Amino acid sequence: MPRVELLRLAHARSGDKGDTANVGVIAYEEEDYPLILEQVTAARVKRHFGDMVKGPVERFRLDNLHAVNFLLHGALDGGGTVSLMTDAQGKVFSTALLRMEVEVSDAVARRVRGRGRIPPNHGRRGP
Amino acid sequence: MSGAVAGGSGLVRIASGQGFWGDDLEAPVRQVEAGPIDYLMLDYLAEVTMSIMQKQRSRDARAGYARDFIPLMERIFPACANRHIRVVTNAGGVNPAECARALAAAGRRAGMAGCARIGVVTGDDLMGRLDGLLATGHPLSNMDTGEPLESVRDEVLSANAYLGARPIVRALRGGALVVLTGRSTDTALTYAPMAHEFGWPWDAWDRLAAGVVAGHINECGAQASGGNCLAEWWAIPDLTEVGFPIVEAGPDGTFVVTKHPELGGAVTVRTVKEQILYEMGDPRTYITPDVTADFTTIRLSDQGNDRVAVDGIRGTPPTSSLKVSIAYSAGYKAVGTLVYAWPDAAAKARAAAGILRRRLDRLGLEFDRVRVELVGWDSTHGKLAGPVPGDLPEVQLRVAVRSGDRHAVERFAREIAPLVLTGPPSVTGFAGGRPRVQEVVGYWPALIDRSVVEPHICVDLVEV
Repeated sequence: MPRVELLRLAHARSGDKGDTANVGVIAYEEEDYPLILEQVTAARVKRHFGDMVKGPVERFRLDNLHAVNFLLHGALDGGGTVSLMTDAQGKVFSTALLRMEVEVSDAVARRVRGRGRIPPNHGRRGP
Repeated sequence: MSGAVAGGSGLVRIASGQGFWGDDLEAPVRQVEAGPIDYLMLDYLAEVTMSIMQKQRSRDARAGYARDFIPLMERIFPACANRHIRVVTNAGGVNPAECARALAAAGRRAGMAGCARIGVVTGDDLMGRLDGLLATGHPLSNMDTGEPLESVRDEVLSANAYLGARPIVRALRGGALVVLTGRSTDTALTYAPMAHEFGWPWDAWDRLAAGVVAGHINECGAQASGGNCLAEWWAIPDLTEVGFPIVEAGPDGTFVVTKHPELGGAVTVRTVKEQILYEMGDPRTYITPDVTADFTTIRLSDQGNDRVAVDGIRGTPPTSSLKVSIAYSAGYKAVGTLVYAWPDAAAKARAAAGILRRRLDRLGLEFDRVRVELVGWDSTHGKLAGPVPGDLPEVQLRVAVRSGDRHAVERFAREIAPLVLTGPPSVTGFAGGRPRVQEVVGYWPALIDRSVVEPHICVDLVEV
């Protein structure tokens, strides 16, 4: 089965609450939401980040929005102004999570090709 | 009712004008000038903002609020008064009374003497009551660690309870054109106008919860209308003059998120979903002083033309406690940077970091933490960035230290420049000077029984 980056199936936003980063992952299409629920589990996210996240990972579903919210505890080196990280407020944990690869069918892989990245011809003038 | 209800449509338009202290200064002016609104909500406070303001107040008794707010109001006061646009803001910070005095003076300079009333909400500031509270069985334990506040008592810089919408509604009912608060919840700045205009009872849990969701969407400004949006960011039009979000609320708790059509940005289910998920905890229990909202019940529908309808939201009664935001002094830190160029930029940066660390060790300096990042490679995504490619054109070495010992951090700040002539080659980028030693402010979230805060809440009305 083809593997694609989660970036192809979902967009995301992340932020902070103290030393916890949250990442909201939102399926672009409703039909891809079950696949995200099945593969992007709390355990998988914990493995993905490894020692970047010191504490547990929790996952919450928002079925109406085709979205899941992850809490990454102990991800921000103390958080707030205590943290020495460039990303002390967890602003770009969103795309770090979207690097994760998921297994999709050939049809889905074709459908989502190129999504999440700036189109190659963007900003160029037409012929 | 105040008569602000939009053109007899039964809707109230609440515009977001600031998402934090330091946000786009022109945004609130655009919200007032580019189309009809009934309320302008300005959110200035983040977790550490109160402690910064407390420090400013300790140096100057007339400081301690969002200063940007005063010149802003001087510009828009006449338009707000003439069109009865009411402003609701937490710009008061740790000194709402002084903020109100400065605002009244700005109002008079703008020709508003006798034409406007300011509502001032106080009672959130627990700093002066702290020892009494600790002595009478309120340990203000850290919500994350369980530690009692006693352990950092001497380092506490500020302590404020989050207040809800009720005092804001009292001020609006008293005829205030501008309502100033200290530490109100960000969301209350948006749903207090809804509760006021529609006369919602305080047990209308579903409608109040809908107001909280509207507030959450509004509270970070352009983050709901195309700013910082990951979904096809390149296709979002004209962020140069981005229109901040506007909530068009109905009496039944349903609302539409939109923006002024002439301004840039976009309001779509994607931009709104991203903001809904921002800084989200358990979405089933979004706790506020007035209601607990269930964010899993939110239903969105895209109506096109930058309009997203929101309904279905359910709420339950609030808890018996209020959240308290406490800031305490937690030592010092500094960040030093240098730029290394091709070839082998990353290897040079790492060698420099090694030399620096050994020099700090030999000086016998003690740090709680030293962090080395390569900006341009792993500073944001860590090990997920993978191995460094050998031909990386350049990289910024970023070394940060933290210590309770100010002297150690100051000495670290003097150890960066010497690396330019005593370390690996092809190094530059030190024009900014020596790293600045900063005070570290720790954040201490706690809970307190609402019965010891609420009797102290005060709403004053001041004429301009």
